[in-house]
Amino acid sequence: MKIMVTVKQVPDTSGRVAVNEDGTLNRASMQTIINPDDLNAVEEALSLKDEYGCKVVAFTMGPMQAEPMLRELLAMGVDETVLISARQFGGSDTYATSQIIAAAIDTYGVDDDDIIIAGRQAIDGDTAQVGPQIAEKLHLPQVTYAGEVKKDGNVLTVKRMLEDGYMTVKVHTPCMITCIKELNEPRYMNVRGTIECWDKPLTIMDYDALKDHELIDATTIGLKGSPTNIYKSFAPPVKEPGMMLEGSGKETTDKLAHILTGKHII
Amino acid sequence: MILDKKHAMQQKLFRQFAETEFTKELQEELDTTGAFNWDIHNKMAKYGFMGVKIPTEYGGAGGDYMSYVIMNEELSRQDLVLSIYANTSNSLGGGPLLLAGSEEQKAKYLPPVARGEKILVFGLTEPGAGSDAGGTTTTAIPTEDGESFVINGRKCFISGAPMADWIIIFAKTDLKQKGSRGISMFIVDMHLPGVSLGADEKKMGIKGYPTSDVVFEDVVVGKDCLIGPLHKGFQYAMKTLDGGRLGVAAMSVGVAQCALDEAVKYAKERKQFGRRIADFQGVSFMIAEMAADVEAARQLTYHAAQLKDANDPEAGAACSKAKFFAAEAANRCAYKAVQIHGGYGYIQEYKVERLYRDARILSIFEGTSQIQELVIANGLLR
Repeated sequence: MKIMVTVKQVPDTSGRVAVNEDGTLNRASMQTIINPDDLNAVEEALSLKDEYGCKVVAFTMGPMQAEPMLRELLAMGVDETVLISARQFGGSDTYATSQIIAAAIDTYGVDDDDIIIAGRQAIDGDTAQVGPQIAEKLHLPQVTYAGEVKKDGNVLTVKRMLEDGYMTVKVHTPCMITCIKELNEPRYMNVRGTIECWDKPLTIMDYDALKDHELIDATTIGLKGSPTNIYKSFAPPVKEPGMMLEGSGKETTDKLAHILTGKHII
Repeated sequence: MILDKKHAMQQKLFRQFAETEFTKELQEELDTTGAFNWDIHNKMAKYGFMGVKIPTEYGGAGGDYMSYVIMNEELSRQDLVLSIYANTSNSLGGGPLLLAGSEEQKAKYLPPVARGEKILVFGLTEPGAGSDAGGTTTTAIPTEDGESFVINGRKCFISGAPMADWIIIFAKTDLKQKGSRGISMFIVDMHLPGVSLGADEKKMGIKGYPTSDVVFEDVVVGKDCLIGPLHKGFQYAMKTLDGGRLGVAAMSVGVAQCALDEAVKYAKERKQFGRRIADFQGVSFMIAEMAADVEAARQLTYHAAQLKDANDPEAGAACSKAKFFAAEAANRCAYKAVQIHGGYGYIQEYKVERLYRDARILSIFEGTSQIQELVIANGLLR
């Protein structure tokens, strides 16, 4: 049994979002972090590891600059990481990305008792599409929005959180689970991990490693293989902070009426 | 000094942990109640903080002095008391065992200490023997059969004594030898008959770290509790203090940085005469002096850690220089931070009030600033 986790390095949106003149994101000027939902996926994998002693492998697709993020995952307790990186993969949308990650996971090997866990969505694209698409391409069952996962042999019982309630789904391994942040509280790195992570495996899967896989085709990967294209990105204008009127009774409503009249709203 | 990848990652870990876990509520609770908080102790232990510098074969994380220094700095940048939680096992507690302990002693005592399951403290100071540790009057007299020692005496200002499972103490084993000679080092189970605690000390600062006297009345320990050679414990006490001084230097850097952080934040917020007080040169000069102090203290401390890690003969003097400068710098910075806050800095609602009280211990414990000056000068004037 092993658990594979997919993670993404994303811009830290708590800082300034920079946009190039051509409308694309200026990623180089922004701090990066591990996508928050993916940390929940890693935590779930590690707590299953704590319980069952299985191996945890993290996969990410991105430039070589993603290495520090992978080292941090190794310092948290992940056993092995795979960085999928090639110029040919650049500019992929969710369709092409999941095509490539699915090929990488399949190349690594999926056993009958394996579990794949992904975060619900990344904070940069907010699509929530990559996890489910990977599952489809690998012909694996999937349960999204996991708020609780229990394992009994090769069956997982997952609480799937919906807006107005939840459903309980049983699923056989191998399967894909995408998780929400309420699932758990991600752990920190540990001190021993920060020392040992540099000797743990970090494999790079480049174009050559994946090009013969059936999912990889020049027409299905990269910018050319992506059905969606970014037309323009922009930083939304900063909203002026709102005004709070405190208190109750006529004095406050008079104040409100006065402001609204001043703005010619009433 | 630019940190390498490993230490930069550790800095990120300690910073994230301290910023998230050491909440304002927790810090205030510790300062107000003076009680030890086991929850945060256990959480720090879970991530390996208690054994940062203890080798992996004894259950530690296997870090070096640099890792230890970065931890102390980052933790004390949020709260000095909580940095002491993780400090003792890595310095004065674990240090003597690592320096002089037998294989059996290291295997027995270090793993539970590294895991945070047991608390090990250090007892050198006595009511009449502070800086003059050679004046130790606690005795450990061998029994006739030579199998045990009987300990009598009193150790004072022992940080962590109320929670301790074991204490490392120094006692006179050869009454005929004078001064620092004839002293031996022991590890004593705090639960043995004859061991008792004095009252909790009511301190000016670091109120959250319980401290008391430890009294020994006819305490019998086996000879397997003797650490290192008989009658030659004093040199180990001094060597352990080197590492401990480095730890205090790092705490001082954290406290100084905290004072600077708070002062900068407040100077930008506070308005007087229609503008930010940061715009007045008198205030900005103080901020600049603090920033220079913080950085100088940090570089001295990191450099001393590097020398310790390289086993350089200059390391001892470097630790004293770092401890002397950083502890004084932390006090200068705490003073200026309160000054910049004005009346509010004197009110407990603002963090700098506690910082000012806490900082005061830094130039006292593990060798006062004046003792550090003597160590530095003696090396030069010998």
